[in-house]
Amino acid sequence: MKSIAKSLVLSAALAAIATASNAQERVVNVYNWSDYIDESVLTDFTKETGIKVVYDVFDSNEILETKLLAGGTGYDVVVPSGTFLARQIQAGVFQPLDMSKLPNSKNLWAEIQNRTEAYDPGQKYSINYMWGTTGIGYNVKAAQERIGGAVTSWDVIFDPEKLAKFKDCGVHILDAPAEIIPAALNFLGKDPDSKNADELREAAALLQTVRDSVQKFHSSEYINALANGDICLAVGWSGDVFQARDRAAEADAGVEVGYSIPSQGALMWFDQMAIPADAKNVDEAHAFLDYIMRPDVIAKASNYVYYANGNEASTPLLEKDVVEDPAIYPDAATLANLYVTTPYGARNQRLVSREWTKIKTGQ
Amino acid sequence: MKAALRSILAKSTIWLPYIWLLIFFLAPFLIVAKLSVSEPAIAQPPYTPTFDFWDGPAGWWRAIGQFSFYNYIFITEDSLYWKSYISSLQIAVISTFLTLLIGYPMAYGMARAPRTWRPMLLMLVILPFWTSFLIRVYAWIGILKKEGLLNQFLLWIGLISEPLTILNTNTAVYIGIVYSYLPFMVLPLYANLERQDFSLLEAAMDLGCTQRQAFWKVTWPLSMPGVIAGCFLVFIPTVGEFVIPSLLGGSETLMIGRTLYDEFFQNRDWPVSSAVAIILLMILIVPIMLFQRSEALARERER
Repeated sequence: MKSIAKSLVLSAALAAIATASNAQERVVNVYNWSDYIDESVLTDFTKETGIKVVYDVFDSNEILETKLLAGGTGYDVVVPSGTFLARQIQAGVFQPLDMSKLPNSKNLWAEIQNRTEAYDPGQKYSINYMWGTTGIGYNVKAAQERIGGAVTSWDVIFDPEKLAKFKDCGVHILDAPAEIIPAALNFLGKDPDSKNADELREAAALLQTVRDSVQKFHSSEYINALANGDICLAVGWSGDVFQARDRAAEADAGVEVGYSIPSQGALMWFDQMAIPADAKNVDEAHAFLDYIMRPDVIAKASNYVYYANGNEASTPLLEKDVVEDPAIYPDAATLANLYVTTPYGARNQRLVSREWTKIKTGQ
Repeated sequence: MKAALRSILAKSTIWLPYIWLLIFFLAPFLIVAKLSVSEPAIAQPPYTPTFDFWDGPAGWWRAIGQFSFYNYIFITEDSLYWKSYISSLQIAVISTFLTLLIGYPMAYGMARAPRTWRPMLLMLVILPFWTSFLIRVYAWIGILKKEGLLNQFLLWIGLISEPLTILNTNTAVYIGIVYSYLPFMVLPLYANLERQDFSLLEAAMDLGCTQRQAFWKVTWPLSMPGVIAGCFLVFIPTVGEFVIPSLLGGSETLMIGRTLYDEFFQNRDWPVSSAVAIILLMILIVPIMLFQRSEALARERER
């Protein structure tokens, strides 16, 4: 998801510390998204508890899932997103959390918990780490020239004529059918969580009408491409677009990136921390989860990664440019407009991936 | 005692390669073949049936009874798969041809260069391997993208007025493949051309051939083993190429490596992706066998 180099250096350093220290020491093996935590959170955790953190990173849910399903990952804490978590729970990948070891779970945000209920009924297996939206990242100048202002509606993506205006400057869409098909359904006025085969085909047909203007379906290239001005429009994850925005600002080469939660609403996603069933350091994993749920800790993480967290008690501790940015912490009206989806069943999954491949390859 | 040991050692040179093949080819092949006749499931691991060694033969037999060839039927029914195979073969054939077109003159030039230069030239061909393949493909993104080096250069010399879109198209895939596999074409060709007897060409010209005729009648036929070796070394890995099309290719680049990746990672359909892999192997075994035959023939001719 983010600058991998930084995280690699971090994890290498932590691994070096771990091996250099006494083998008797307690360890927790954490597998998280790349560049998704303030490094000092990990060092502070070790200082307070004496538990070493061996931190490793991934950049796609698919990679994490494949490792989990193959089993024997050696990780004690992993961070899948909601729909993936739901399927992994079904597959028996995780162990139930011991709530008596997680007193800080009282700080969690009921609004977010209500929504993650769809993936983890009863909050038995996971706690929320961060959440965000799947919206539209865009080049502010290019949008000004082409549609005369900021992007506010999904029609820049789903109206073939409007999207065609952006074709010359480059359009990317996430290579994630579970995120894009619901957006198309929502645009068509259908239930974004629809599992009806005809409606799914309708959404796919809508995407077929716009695919000619899409340069690439990819889930991470758009960060750099937006920041460098190589593309001007991308359907992407909120935090990634903010990263592109910050990188563009740092580079100071005249590229300004904006992020829009379109008026029709957007998909809300959740990254959840869970403990694999075959984890070796279960107590340490619980200690880590409990530490993460401390308001000051998770606030520090949010201030660093520019994502909203699911911890209500941390809200007053957040920096203004995080908590007051409606793209990160949407107002109540926008929040009500955000939707969640549930995973596809085996038969629908095959239909969706078939349709998706057809869209991607233009067959 | 000594003699016995020597005979074991002597024999080991025969069976060691077989053990190698058994562990690193046959065993993985059987695992994938078994997967390809399984059914996907939401479980860990994500397919059924699974073998448990402790079930004993009766349990294994029960598991074998659950095998089905449905995945293979599914692959033939869905046009996506054969389109991917055909498009992969097409991309592989075209890029092999392009590699030959560029690689042959290079190898020829190297073989005809002064003897003292040759180690240096050979070194230059091998040098890119010192950098990771992945990083070299990434570097092409920087060269080919809209604001990239190539476009800036072409704009600067005034050949184009608008930046070209090369990245994320099939053109970029061809550039990436030809670049990456060029050494595999040049090295066998060079090895062949360097050994050719120059006096044969002189003889041909003495007998009235023009330079061009001498090349086509003498050098080219003699270099066939090198051409064949180079072409197969490029063609076979290119068919299953995944990294280059996914980094440089656009959405419309359909290659079997990507289809396989999507089946495995996005659909979590290990059985179907295994079936795709088995069929890919079957497709590749034909050229590999042709290659081996031509190698054997060449060796016999040399005797």
